[in-house]
Amino acid sequence: MTVLTLSKALNAGLRKALEDDPRVLVMGEDVGKLGGVFRVTDGLQKDFGEDRVVDTPLAESGIIGTAIGLALRGYRPVCEIQFDGFVFPAFDQIVSQLAKMRLRSLGQVTMPVTIRIPCGGGIGAVEHHSESPEALFAHTAGLRVVACANSTDAYAMIQQSIRCDDPVIFFEPKRRYWDKAEVDPAANLGAALPLDRARIVLDGTDVTLLCYGPMVRTCVESAVAARAEGRSVEVIDLRSLSPLDMETINGSVRRTGRCVVAHEAAVTGGLGAEIAARITEECFYQLESPVLRVGGFSTPYPPSRLEDHYLPDLDRVLDAVDRTFAV
Amino acid sequence: MRAHTDITGTVPGAAIDLGDVPSPEAAGWLDRMLLIREFESAAGPLAQAGAIPGGMHSAIGHEAVAVGVGSVLRPDDVAAAPHRSHHVALAKGMDPALMMAELFGKRTGSSAGRGGHMHLADFGAGFFGSNGIVGAGVGLALGAALAQSYRGEPRISAGFFGDGGANTGRVWEFVNLAAAWHLPLLVVCENNGYAVETRIRDAMAGESIAARAAGFGLPAVQVDGQDVAAVHRAAAQGAVLARSGGGPTFIEALTYRHLGHDIGERGQYRTADEVSWWERHRDPVQRLRAALVARGDLDDDGYEQAAGRARARVAEAVSAAEAAPLPDPATVTGGVTATELRIRTGS
Repeated sequence: MTVLTLSKALNAGLRKALEDDPRVLVMGEDVGKLGGVFRVTDGLQKDFGEDRVVDTPLAESGIIGTAIGLALRGYRPVCEIQFDGFVFPAFDQIVSQLAKMRLRSLGQVTMPVTIRIPCGGGIGAVEHHSESPEALFAHTAGLRVVACANSTDAYAMIQQSIRCDDPVIFFEPKRRYWDKAEVDPAANLGAALPLDRARIVLDGTDVTLLCYGPMVRTCVESAVAARAEGRSVEVIDLRSLSPLDMETINGSVRRTGRCVVAHEAAVTGGLGAEIAARITEECFYQLESPVLRVGGFSTPYPPSRLEDHYLPDLDRVLDAVDRTFAV
Repeated sequence: MRAHTDITGTVPGAAIDLGDVPSPEAAGWLDRMLLIREFESAAGPLAQAGAIPGGMHSAIGHEAVAVGVGSVLRPDDVAAAPHRSHHVALAKGMDPALMMAELFGKRTGSSAGRGGHMHLADFGAGFFGSNGIVGAGVGLALGAALAQSYRGEPRISAGFFGDGGANTGRVWEFVNLAAAWHLPLLVVCENNGYAVETRIRDAMAGESIAARAAGFGLPAVQVDGQDVAAVHRAAAQGAVLARSGGGPTFIEALTYRHLGHDIGERGQYRTADEVSWWERHRDPVQRLRAALVARGDLDDDGYEQAAGRARARVAEAVSAAEAAPLPDPATVTGGVTATELRIRTGS
């Protein structure tokens, strides 16, 4: 066991993947010599060479297009999109090509491409550097969408994503890059929680609080605060956003009868809407109150001096928790 | 500024120069071009009659570009194309029966009916697909070229796109990457003068598409795309360079589609005279035929026999496709991913 920041844990996971499989390549803007703007790929080019850790031009569409061709020829590329907002120039390649290759060829090809995207706000950046575009990808058939929330999961999930024969959109909570947790580099990856499973982070009996990525820490802090007021909140880190682990979600909601979904992304058309609909369809008769959503406002991400008002915090999460008891 | 495709009216120079191309090779080009011509001549009416669903972007008129480039590609090389792609697929060696069944959406098609006309692919044949997004195939060919370069293989890739794609940013991202990384790639622009119904001279700045490409520092040539020998010579030069580690080559082939952007279009954006001029004076099949006749390698009987063989092969493909079963509806949610994703079929 060793204690690593989330950024270092991802670095260790990528290093392990590069060691384990010569078909794995890391590519992106400034991932080599600089080691990535968040240092996630720090030192990898030095150790694995310029052919396996590739500094690309600033050309997101070109990066993903190249990765698809590499995958068609048997490689397992891991692309870094430098900031969440920069994924949009590559969006066409991802939704029009990457996601559809498998079905289009009916199984002639696999698309083991992992696209790492630092996501969310909270670091004093601006729009294009603070966005949460996960719902756009979860809406797209053919993609897996996952979000890690801590170092322990980050280390395992990045390796699981790279091993997956389907494209994985891998969201990294950028304001949590510096959070530390224990990582066991000797642990067998097969023993880790499967990539498509949610994790119950905190047991509770009164209300289910669903979250992922950067909001997991916020929700755990909210649950601890709620406990002091006598509310028992069960916190679930979804980890997999597509597909959703409805077994774990429904199991919890059927026990508690109440549910709040929290994410940084705008509430309108966000993942919370899909989750609330699914729970309503599948757990309607066990619900004591409507499923509530906590999320960003339906505005472009605000300038940094206003972002604390935009990002859902402990008060907004607890307010929603309280409202599930108001019915 | 010279208008890009205004070579209409320059009748002198219609004869093509086969140079020292061996006769059997040139005869093989004719066979391949006739196969494309017959395939498209059958597919068009079938699409208009509704037997082939979806749109139909016929490549009649484009045969020399695909066959000229295809003449330098080996079976394990790669080609990728945009929406107008049947000629590239056939030039790359894809089986017309698998193609026709795929166009029909049948279970026996190359992708069991999941790809269709616009997403035709045969990875075994090195045909990495047609594409509904113009220029996107260049990126896939580029990635394959990078893979080849990593493995130190003498394999090359060819990415086809059109004059419409030449106005998109992604294409130039790909060209820059290929040039910056010295990849074994032929970037082939089929400039047929029209992006759907928009004339290139109304939509494109600059002298030519090749001139644009030259700015990226790779060899960039403009060739007569209705002259299979000229395309072959440009592609051969590019292939030698690519296979020897010399990097990519950009080929702008000036061509013309005899039919519409889509088979069913009204065609009010160009005159009948213009179309007819190209059909009479710049038909790539007839120009090759004339060159072979001039050499004494071919007579009318020989030509008719070659056309008959192509026609029979296509007719066989059509019959087989007509008789083949449609995909089982129960499989409609299958095949989206390699790993199980628990697809929802709606509530």
